[in-house]
Amino acid sequence: MSHEHTRPASGKPAILAEGLKKRFGETQALRGLDLVAQEGQILALLGPNGAGKTTAVRIFATLLKPDAGRAEVGGFDVVKQADQLRSQIGLTGQYAAVDEYLTGRENLEMVGRLYHLSGSVARRRADELLERFGLSDAANRTLKTYSGGMRRRLDLAASLVILPPILFLDEPTTGLDVRSRLAMWEVIGELVKGGATVLLTTQYLEEADQLADQVAVIDQGLVIARGTSDELKAQMGGERLEVTVARGSDFQAAIRALRPYSEGELQIEREQRRIIAPMPGGARLLPNVVRDLDAAKVQLDDLGLRRPTLDEVFLTLTGHAAETPEGQPAALVSQDQPKERTLA
Amino acid sequence: MSSLTQSSIGTLQPLHRSRFYWTIADTLVLAKRQLIRVRRIPEELVFGTIQPVMFVLLFRYVFGGAIAVSGTTYVNYLMAGIFVQTMAFGSVSTGIGLADDLQRGLVDRFRSLPMSRSAVLTGRTIADMARNLFIVTIMLIVGLLVGFRPTGSVLGWLAGLGLLLLFSFALSWVGATIGLLVRSVEAAQSAGFIWLFPLTFASSAFVPTSSMPTWLRDFSEHQPVTLVVNTVRAFVLGQPITSDGWQALVWCLALLVIFVPLAVWAYGQRTAR
Repeated sequence: MSHEHTRPASGKPAILAEGLKKRFGETQALRGLDLVAQEGQILALLGPNGAGKTTAVRIFATLLKPDAGRAEVGGFDVVKQADQLRSQIGLTGQYAAVDEYLTGRENLEMVGRLYHLSGSVARRRADELLERFGLSDAANRTLKTYSGGMRRRLDLAASLVILPPILFLDEPTTGLDVRSRLAMWEVIGELVKGGATVLLTTQYLEEADQLADQVAVIDQGLVIARGTSDELKAQMGGERLEVTVARGSDFQAAIRALRPYSEGELQIEREQRRIIAPMPGGARLLPNVVRDLDAAKVQLDDLGLRRPTLDEVFLTLTGHAAETPEGQPAALVSQDQPKERTLA
Repeated sequence: MSSLTQSSIGTLQPLHRSRFYWTIADTLVLAKRQLIRVRRIPEELVFGTIQPVMFVLLFRYVFGGAIAVSGTTYVNYLMAGIFVQTMAFGSVSTGIGLADDLQRGLVDRFRSLPMSRSAVLTGRTIADMARNLFIVTIMLIVGLLVGFRPTGSVLGWLAGLGLLLLFSFALSWVGATIGLLVRSVEAAQSAGFIWLFPLTFASSAFVPTSSMPTWLRDFSEHQPVTLVVNTVRAFVLGQPITSDGWQALVWCLALLVIFVPLAVWAYGQRTAR
């Protein structure tokens, strides 16, 4: 016999927020956040540190009360029906919220008991999850001996104990190495295929791109753009061609050669001898561009086609660089590498 | 990793029981968690025991000779003070533990589960009380080794122990409130201890209050540590119980009435960072 996800009341969105506001002292964390996730969708909340992503998730998970506005999860009001709501959700936080001194099995059993499963069901479910997450061998070891990736998997397993129809994954891959991140992506993909509604927060454009049906870009407590990841990319101007010339004297010739291919204004950075041309679908145009530059006798240091980084998304959408609480540009924090296809 | 979204176990539906049933059941689950941790971190228990042993030795052999008490030996006088001090200092670990859970995001997880609100706190305070009972037993053995000769009846001992545990439970809730309000483990450590020093030393735990200046006596004779120490001392030494007895009881209950709701409220407000 198999147990499918229990569905929230149909006809209503699985997650809904209207005008959510939340202030912490001087900081206005949320300034009227609106959000909708349909049943079975994976919605990515994309934004830099301090954008309000975690605050929003905490309101949905009943950990915080909003100052204004309202939110529903699975058809239950986050404030008035918090008790019923909690049996519909699973929450996995930024860092593994598991007890280091308990074994993997003890942690999962404890969570099962606290979801009010019977002792024997909680035990069997713990074993089942350990097996499915490849942690059976480590089941009887305390979490102190687990690697970061293993802890994160156990943490995710803990939020799946009762197969809640709605899952909140708050930066599930932050701080993980590349291999663990890919493994986590695979797991999240599985979940959604199985019909769960997932709200995922992330600082990584690529993560939202890979996983989400819908992306909401959030900055300073507001959703500033939403749509599928393709729609957003189009909105941001898609791909861009970056050209660095070898000699400053070639600059004008290069600009003349690039202008016919550019969709919109060229961005000219004279000091770096760099020209950036918005060029959606640039791969097809690239041979012609190279030929024209060559014909104009422009010597190149570098030429590459790249997609916007998260930092540029923010520049485009907000007109200001995304700032983190530490005052660093988001791109430095998010380690979001531009996708480059450079021709030597 | 096939089929994460299915389970071969028939039903993952919660059992239907009364709210009261779940309050007790959740509390036991979390008390069990706490006791497993005590077993896995034996060094915490060892140091929690060494500290009061040092106090016993310090006061028995270093200061004790210079402190005059009437009606009994100093070591007989001292031990009730040590018991109560051990209970009081134990409350700090309740706060540290909760601040740690908060920092690690465990409180977030617990608060997102459909479990009883107070269970995290009650489970911990009960487990801490059990831990304190263990340490007091060790203290009693150490006391007997250094010349403690209690003369109270078995009934008196049980009553004394009961009061000690009640006091320990009440102070654990104070510690819990502090731990939840200050958020960081380091702050819980210092904030947890700071108020306990004047309370335990400006009391009858180690010296008779009659040797103190009047202004200090007015404080020390009415504060809960003195009242509990006097009562426990009377119980274990078989002395008559004065009005301190019911005053001690009222203090314990008053602390519970104030700090249980306060801690539960703070728990409901707090999230990691």
